[in-house]
Amino acid sequence: MSEFVELLRSPWPWYLAGPAIGAMVPLLLFTGGRRFGISSSFRHLCAATGVRADYFRYDWRREGGWNLLLVAGIVLGGALAGMLLTDPNPVAIAEATRADLTAAGLTLDDRLAPREIFSLAGLLTPAGFVAMIIGGFLVGFGARWAGGCTSGHAITGLAELQRGSLIAVAGFFAGGLVTTYAIWPWLFS
Amino acid sequence: MSGLRYLLIGAYFGFVLVKAEVVSWYRIQEMFRFDAFHMYGVIGSALVVAAITIWAVRRFGLRNHAGEPIEIETMEPGWRRYAYGGVLFGIGWALTGACPGPIAALIGAGLWPFTIVFAAAWLGTASYGLMRARLPH
Repeated sequence: MSEFVELLRSPWPWYLAGPAIGAMVPLLLFTGGRRFGISSSFRHLCAATGVRADYFRYDWRREGGWNLLLVAGIVLGGALAGMLLTDPNPVAIAEATRADLTAAGLTLDDRLAPREIFSLAGLLTPAGFVAMIIGGFLVGFGARWAGGCTSGHAITGLAELQRGSLIAVAGFFAGGLVTTYAIWPWLFS
Repeated sequence: MSGLRYLLIGAYFGFVLVKAEVVSWYRIQEMFRFDAFHMYGVIGSALVVAAITIWAVRRFGLRNHAGEPIEIETMEPGWRRYAYGGVLFGIGWALTGACPGPIAALIGAGLWPFTIVFAAAWLGTASYGLMRARLPH
């Protein structure tokens, strides 16, 4: 029994985790005819909270109710994995990344994100403010402008061989590289 | 109401996201530094499963639970919205270390500061909706 719990607590290797994530596409297509994508939930949320723009004027319950329930489910699943079956060990990242981040002056802790940046106290530091407020804003803004996020473009869209998704994923990567090699070093300095 | 099924599928997804560690800010840092294969393996193998599914749907005209044919729509043409929106999203992804699914999973996992990230993403989406007509697409 303890070995089973141990197994449930430990992180999954990519070759288990990846196909388990990819399975979302058939799960949603075959059980509800829905296309796997998460970021539209923010649009439905804006429609539900009455943001006044044509873009948010539609029957959000009918079109987006399922998507909002999916996100509510993600919170529950995250709680099950993160609070009940918590992995006691810190995330085993590559030594090179660890050395790089430590050299930049970041304290690596055992959580899924560094407390120093992602906390109420962190919000008052330049790095925390930019990461949480600007970063969050760009995730919401960019995903809707591009018409999808990692799930809708990098998984579903690429699987559908959509040209737009290929451009979007190249954009995701370009933006990520700029952040990693230009914005983060500047924030940490 | 069939909503329960989406709640369950979502819970499965949230569980997997945390177990795969793709919700970790450290993993995203590692990915953009090309220091490990983990994230590429996860996204790549997820894409393989998705691609086989879409191929089978197209090839065999598969139907959903209600017997309706599954239609795969072609996205709107053009490149501007994908390029500009994609780059902004990528900057946000590397800053927060979380895309929309992981933001929700992290809140569930007890990392409460991500409610602030969630609120900022809501604000970003609202702002996009308000200035949409003035943006190139």
